[in-house]
Amino acid sequence: MTDMSALQSRIEGDSSGEDYSASIMSIEIGPAHPAMHGIVRFTTHLDGELIVGMDPEIGYLHRGFEKESENSKWIQVIPYTDRLNYVSPLLNNIGYSMAVEKLYGIEAPRRAEFTRVIMGEISRITDHLTCLGAVAMEIGAFTFFLWFIKAREYLWELVEEMTGARLTTNWTRFGGNAHDLPDGFLNDLADRLLKLKEVMSECDKLLTRNKIFIDRVKDVGSFSKEDALSFGFTGPLLRACGIPYDVRRSDPYSVYDELDFEIPVGSVGDCFDRFLVRMEEIRQSILIIEQAADKMPEGPFMTDERMMHYPDKKDVYGNIEGLIDHFKLVMEGHQPPAGEVYMPIEGGNGEIGLYLVSDGSGDPVRVRMRPPCFNLVAAMPAMTVGHYVADIVPIFGSVNMIGGELDR
Amino acid sequence: MSEEISTKETEVISEAGELTTLLQEEFPEAVSGFHAHRGDETVVIERDAFEAVCRFLRDDLRCSFEIMMDLTAVDRLEMKETPRFEMVYHFKSLTHARRLRIKVLLTEEDCKIDSIHHLWKAVDWYERECYDMFGIHFEGHPDLRRLLMYDEFEGHPLRKDYPIDKQQPLLELKEVEERHTYGRHT
Repeated sequence: MTDMSALQSRIEGDSSGEDYSASIMSIEIGPAHPAMHGIVRFTTHLDGELIVGMDPEIGYLHRGFEKESENSKWIQVIPYTDRLNYVSPLLNNIGYSMAVEKLYGIEAPRRAEFTRVIMGEISRITDHLTCLGAVAMEIGAFTFFLWFIKAREYLWELVEEMTGARLTTNWTRFGGNAHDLPDGFLNDLADRLLKLKEVMSECDKLLTRNKIFIDRVKDVGSFSKEDALSFGFTGPLLRACGIPYDVRRSDPYSVYDELDFEIPVGSVGDCFDRFLVRMEEIRQSILIIEQAADKMPEGPFMTDERMMHYPDKKDVYGNIEGLIDHFKLVMEGHQPPAGEVYMPIEGGNGEIGLYLVSDGSGDPVRVRMRPPCFNLVAAMPAMTVGHYVADIVPIFGSVNMIGGELDR
Repeated sequence: MSEEISTKETEVISEAGELTTLLQEEFPEAVSGFHAHRGDETVVIERDAFEAVCRFLRDDLRCSFEIMMDLTAVDRLEMKETPRFEMVYHFKSLTHARRLRIKVLLTEEDCKIDSIHHLWKAVDWYERECYDMFGIHFEGHPDLRRLLMYDEFEGHPLRKDYPIDKQQPLLELKEVEERHTYGRHT
């Protein structure tokens, strides 16, 4: 870290009266750079190799998620949410469905909630595995990357077993899930978790005390608690700064208040702390999944409230209520009561906040998603200025930018 | 069934929460409405007092909202409500473990509001995004550029009167005889 006030005066060149602007070089990194996790551009101002200024430019993956959602029916938005965070799509599905359930004022049955917890934690693990694997690869630990992607594959096979797709899951519905647990799923789950634990312990030995790795990440990108709060950090990066804020604990949703888990925190918020926090969160998620699998109750996986899902075919053909419900759901769609809700859930990167406004007509008025990595990318200048160009790679890797949710 | 729900909701809405009462005491003229639909405490603030209220929310020990969680706007053109725009701010306090939603109403002709970028650093990009998407002007923002769209883009895409199928390509597109409309009726 360099003395920033001296640096600032050099950039402005006003304190000494000398013009240093000629020695400052502007270099564009991105939009499509191999070490950029997605399409983003950094205009960096360099003094030699030292970063003295940075301006991130985002929006290359803007697909109009909010506009498209506001021109769809409520249920049609679920597939769009898959594409927000494409390494943990189930968490977005769950967040959106829970927000609409909050708008309705209903809750999904307990079996559906426990299944959601399991699938949500699997997604959180895949998210962390991808992030850590990518960081490690970019700073040279290629084995770690391959091992983690192998472990991620174990979990994505579970996701495929449950939803029929690896990424485009489209799995939750309002008041429940599209499918119940497939036969033998819990056995497969236990088997895969065992394999995941093996990978975790191997990789832990490989990297956590590795001097080459530690030299690259320790004291790089440190961030104070005050700045992290002011920048609106949530998730692993905020916890790495030492603030134990986790939506699962602070605003317990679903059945997280019945499960026992710990919230890992770091101390200085550098890239090494972020690495350790994410590693520990994977272990905690495994514990959560095991508890949820043990406690998995019997019962329905879909609410029995009317007008939330298509009625059974025997009701459609057998009684008038079933027929009318089916007709109205097809023709008009879901019609949540007028009102507005904000539903926070803990995503892989931090707080996913869904803000929905309904006027009761069946067309969403506003579908807003708070992207967790938005604030993190916004803080990139604050995190990198004073470091060297090579440090952008671990810092930006640990930010875990996901273009889909950042640009929406 | 529906009657039961509506009476229950009215009760919740007519009851002022702790923070609402506090804001009403501190800024008696600024609070113009409140509700707690589905448990989300919401206070509607007059635009002139907005900056002062935000400062109070951040600094007062009874509030201490450390995190400015989300900032967005709602275009109520199709809801036939006036005024047209509604600014929506979500705050989170870790000290007191609670959330608050602040809303400010803005008319179409005068959609300006004080920037609060100096209170929370997160606000900088949120306001740029909101300006980009809704064309709301944040007075005092040092660098109010578009964030997601490109500089040459005309209009503000999340306004309800911006057509969803409108195209503004930067490069001239080749003539295509039949454009897919993807089954859209409008």
